[in-house]
Order: sequence, then C-alpha cells, then structure tokens
Amino acid sequence: MTATPTAVRHVAIAGNPNCGKTTIFNALTGLRQRTGNYPGVTVEKKVGRFHGTHGEPFDLLDLPGSYSLQVRSPDEAVARDVLLGRREDTPRPDVIICVVDASNIERNLYLVAQLLELGIPVVLALNMVDVAEQNGTVIDLPALREKLGVPVVPMVATKGTGFVELKQALSQPIPPPPHQAPMPEVVEAEAQALALKLHVRPDAARSEALLLLTISDREHLAEATGDLAAAEAAIAARERIRAAGLDPVSSPIEARYAWIQGVCDTAVRKADQPALSFSDKLDGWLTHPLWGWLAFLGVMALMFVCIFWGAQGPMDWIDGLTSSLADWVKTKVPDGDFQSLLSDGVVAGVGGVVIFLPQILILFFFLGLLEDSGYMARAAFIMDRVMSKVGLHGKSFIPMLSSLACAIPGIMATRTIENRKDRLVTILVAPLMSCSARLPVYALMIAVLIPAASALQKAGIMLAMYLLGGVAAFVMAWIFKKTLLKSETPMLLLELPPYRAPAWRGVFLRMWERALIFLRRAGTVILALSIILWALLTYPKPTNPDATPAEAIAQSIGGRMGHAIEPLIKPLGYDWKIGIGLIGSFAAREVFVGTMGIIYNIEDADEASEPLRDTMIAEKHADGRPVFTPLVCIGLMVFYVLAMQCVSTVAIVRRETNSWRWPLFQVAYMTALAWLGAFVVYQGGRLLGLQ
Amino acid sequence: MSDPAAHETLAAFTVGQRGRIVGFDLPSEQRQRLLEMGMTAGSEFEIVRFAPLGDPVELKVRGYHLSIRKHEAAGIRAARL
Repeated sequence: MTATPTAVRHVAIAGNPNCGKTTIFNALTGLRQRTGNYPGVTVEKKVGRFHGTHGEPFDLLDLPGSYSLQVRSPDEAVARDVLLGRREDTPRPDVIICVVDASNIERNLYLVAQLLELGIPVVLALNMVDVAEQNGTVIDLPALREKLGVPVVPMVATKGTGFVELKQALSQPIPPPPHQAPMPEVVEAEAQALALKLHVRPDAARSEALLLLTISDREHLAEATGDLAAAEAAIAARERIRAAGLDPVSSPIEARYAWIQGVCDTAVRKADQPALSFSDKLDGWLTHPLWGWLAFLGVMALMFVCIFWGAQGPMDWIDGLTSSLADWVKTKVPDGDFQSLLSDGVVAGVGGVVIFLPQILILFFFLGLLEDSGYMARAAFIMDRVMSKVGLHGKSFIPMLSSLACAIPGIMATRTIENRKDRLVTILVAPLMSCSARLPVYALMIAVLIPAASALQKAGIMLAMYLLGGVAAFVMAWIFKKTLLKSETPMLLLELPPYRAPAWRGVFLRMWERALIFLRRAGTVILALSIILWALLTYPKPTNPDATPAEAIAQSIGGRMGHAIEPLIKPLGYDWKIGIGLIGSFAAREVFVGTMGIIYNIEDADEASEPLRDTMIAEKHADGRPVFTPLVCIGLMVFYVLAMQCVSTVAIVRRETNSWRWPLFQVAYMTALAWLGAFVVYQGGRLLGLQ
Repeated sequence: MSDPAAHETLAAFTVGQRGRIVGFDLPSEQRQRLLEMGMTAGSEFEIVRFAPLGDPVELKVRGYHLSIRKHEAAGIRAARL
C-alpha cells in the first residue's frame, strides 16, 4: 500500500500481557496520548501521535494486552473489531507493531501467528533481548525475519534501545505478511468456504473464519458474527471438521504452535540447562508457605502505612488550603447566600473529596509498582485459594484490598478481571471494605462511646469495624455469585512473569492518568452534588433572623427530611438529629462529623473535637434518656461500615458499568444491609439487656 | 490406551516432577485457553510449586511460568518423563 507522504498512517500496537507493550507505547507517544472511550462501550481507547524518522505522522492505537485474538472480554471484542476493520469510529490499522518478549518467545509468537493471518503488515518489536541473552537464549535475527517474513526490531524498551530502528522499519513500505501457519487441509478448506459467506472485508475474511471455527458455543457465535446464517455455517463447518477426525478447537491452535516450533527450531537456540534464575530464587521465598505470607503481609502493611502516613502531610495541606480558600471567599464575597454557597457548598464540598487525592496517588503508585515488578501476579497466586472460596478469582483480591484506602481506585482496578460477572461482583462488594473516609466517623463514635479510650481500645474497635467490612464483602460476594450474578468460579490462568525493575515513567504516567479521572469527577458530579446538599441544608431560610445555625438546619429541607425519616431510623435508636447527619453524609460519609458539629452548635468541629464529643455524650431524648448509648454508637459505626455513602463511588460505578442500574442497586442493597446491621446491634443488644 | 501412565492427570504430579501433556478432559472453552497458552498435546511441563495454601499450582511450560488450579489440573492427562 502506498500512502501519500502527508497522510497520517494508523498503527496499532499489540502484544501479550507483560511484554513491555505499554513501555513502548509511552516511549513513542510520550505525553501526546489521549485516553477516551470507544463510543457505546466502556472500553478504554488509548491513542497517541508520534513521528517517523522522516517526520511523517503516525497515530498509534494501544490494543489491550492479550494472549490471543479469541474474544473473552469487551476489551478483546473491540480489539478484534478494530483489527477486522469493523468499527466505524476507528480505522483499520495500516500496520501492527507486535511486541514480543524475547525471553518468552514461543508463547508470545502465538499472537503473532494470529496477527499474520489478518493480512495487515506487521512489524515485530522483539523486546527484552537483554533478558533473553542473560537466560542464554540466542536469537538469530536474520533467520527469524526470514521465517516470519516480517521486519524484526530487537529492543530493550526500558533502556530506550531500538526505538530509532523501530521508526525506521515503520517508515519503510511493509508488504502484507507472506507467511502464515499452515492449517490442516480440512480446516483450511472449511475456513476458505466459510470466509466467502462472511460479510466482512475480503482480506480479513479467512482470519475471521478461523476464529469462528473455534467457537463452540452457539450464542457466542451469533454474538461474534452478528449474523445468524454465518453462525449456522460455522457450526456446520465444525461438524464436518470433526467428521474428518480433527478437533475444530485444538487443531488450528496446534497448527500454529507447530509452525512456531519450526520457526524457533531454526532461529532460536536456548541454553540446555537454564540456571535457576533470580526470579525462581526470589519466588522460593515470596511464595514460601511461611515466608511468603510474611512477605505478603509486609508488602500490604507497607502500602497502607505509606498511604495513611505518607498522605497525612499533603492531606493536611489540602485541608488548610480549602479552609483558607473558604476564608478568602468570605472576605471577597459579601455576606449572604452566594458567599455561603461558595464557601460552605463548593469549596468545602469539593475540597472534602479532593483531600483524598494524595491517598489515591500513593495507592496507584504502589499498584503500578506491584504490577510492573511482577509481585501482583504473586499476590493473586497466594490469595487465589481464599478468593475462590467465594467464587472469585485471585485477581479480585487487589481491588478489594485497594478499597481499604478508597473504593474509587479499587473499582478502577477491577479492569484486570476478564469475566464481566466477576468484575461486577467485585465492584458491588468493594465499597464494603472500610475506606479512609470512614475513619473520622469511627474516631468520633469511639470517642463518644469510650471518652477516655486507650490507644489499644481504639485500635481494637477500629480493627473490629475493618473486619466487619471485610467479612461483609466476602459474604455478599458469595451471595451474589450464587444468585444475581450466578456463574462458575472463573478459571485461573495466571502467568507469573519474571520479577523486573519497574518502568518508573509508566508508573508515574498511569498514576497521573488515574488522578485525572478522579479530579474530573470531583470537578463535575461531586461539585453538583455538593451544591444540592448545601441547598438542602440551607433552604428554606429560617423566618427568625436570629436563629442559630442549629435551628436553621433543623427547619431546612434536609432537617425536615431528618424528621421525616425518624420513624425509619427509630428502630435503630436514632433521633432526627442523627437522621440529618445520615442525610448530610449521603454524598460523603466524612461529612457526618461536620454536620453533627453544625447541629450541636460546635464551631470548627472535627473528629477530635472534645466539645462535640462532650455535647454528644450529654445529649438526651425528650424523656431524659441519653441519645448516644453504647448500642447507638456501635450501631452507628456498623451503619457506616455497611452503607454506601459516597457519591464519588456511585459516579465511578456508573462509569465503569456504563449504566445506572448497578450503582443504584448497590446503594439500595448496602443501605438495606446497613439498616439491618444497625437494627441487629440495637434491638439485639436491648434483648440481651444492654443499653 | 494400554499405557497406564497416560491416564494420569497433572494433578497427581508433585513439585519438581516433569511430564508431557497427553490430552484434556475439560470443557472446550477451558481447553482452548490452555492450548493457546502453549499447553498443546506433546508439550512438556514441570511442576514448580504449589501456592502456600496448596492451590493453585505453578507450572513451567514452554519456558515460562503459568499457574492453574488443581481443579483444571485434574482435567489434563499427562505422562511422566
């Protein structure tokens, strides 16, 4: 194909997971990358522009890391459709850069074999040649080029080696791949015949036919073709292949691997006795029955210590900035509703969410490190047995763990889970893990419960709340897997890549990308909800101009809602004031503390505020009984463990599931669970004669 | 088959033992995924280790490390080397 010199050429980059594809993508495009969504689906689309050796522009499309072209997730379906030229929003690539891990060349060549069948010119980026060399693998490049029939560029992407050669290769005209893995005669004949019946580009038809022949499930077939006649033809073709004594599933795969074997026999020479590698030795410790657990707990503990302590400084700083901004607004804007809207609504509301940015950044930094270094796969390996008990995958563990800091990055981390139902279950239960926004509520309630609590008592109660959240998440996951999202425990097929030094640039880029998603949320949805909440707690204004803030809030819409829900929360031992606190913290749990401060007329209340604590302890019902009895305090904490009071999470779940159905269901089930939990504590406790 | 070793499954192998894949007794979706990962009939593997809780198992196949559960391992027929 001859492109006009000025035309932008479309290049797609593909490769197995862990082959260094992202490093190459980042190095080529730098900060000139855009992350968006494919229209109509929640699949992330990452593209970036770079220039070839002659300055010609290329648009580089990042395809999801995958072991084969067989479709098993929405991401992979989009990738297949792009490669087959079936998506109108994305042009079929002119060239594919296929990244191959030279130290694991055999398995990596499987995807190459499939890509060569597409008829699109391929450039092979043979990455990590240094690692291969260390392992004693010798790759004969001319022989490899000759056998595969495509340009092969040796690279060490993490060290920046090979990029010039890669660009040079892309600047040359590249013919369509001349070689393909030969298929058994029957399979080839059936693929050719089926190709004629498909309504796709002729040059992609055989490749698509081969993919269809391996799908055994009628439903998947219909979905893959979108064409019932083609699906029926594929089923008939499968039958004929079987009648000829071949297995339609295994024979194309075995044919590709046989071809790869031939390529490797000529072009790759491996050391006869590979020495025990550094990774093997390290794994001897890190997955050891005893040391493995200690290391695992150590890594997790380190991560949380860094998140909670490392973030403290920047969080205080953001907190200070928010207050000074609010004060500044008060000096610049005349007293009145507008000032209150800006300072109490907008600044305090958005500031209250942005304050979690440092934790989110640190968490993503760690997740990036764990992923890049290869430890994440080990964590999944160690935890799989536990997760499979509730019908989930070892990969669900990391999102749940991340949710201990904040459910938002946790839910964003579920993208590594292939199976849609398992991903949904993980998303649904992730917010049950106690996040850091619950800490101020726990701290306040513990102070009210035991005013002179020792550090040990505090830690004990705190730990009990964290455990309750964890147990609830596991139990609910198990229930969802048995009922609503009924499915088999997913198959585990987990590659344990060698340990590697992380690509720092990639770690920081990813961290920044995630932070932007979070900030964009804070700037839009959360801003809007902060304003609504402010209005609810402000209007209508009290008729008496001398009303205290507490009186004002009592007769605002929010206050009336507090009264209105009193019958609902009475069985939990709560009065309408706590009701206002619950309504106020619907958008963000930590707002509870501030709302209680307003209700009890305490200036600048936070969870460590003694006046607030003492006022709450002294608070009495009309009949003189204290409001905050031990049972109410514990019940309230249990409520906050289980309730979904976080608009940011709702917004992220909406984004990640692409529908309102799941976030609304999540709010409903968690609120019900929270009510039930608090009810059991309060009424159960009373039955036992407690207060 | 007369060779009794051929009826053994991968689940019966212990750490350090090596074998050759003979065939699968697994649903076709799972079989396909294992095949794509290079576990084709005739390919050799070695049991590297078991996870601390005894499951899953880590194998070395085609020069890389792959982890699967014992449940699937019990559906992979293998011969000892």
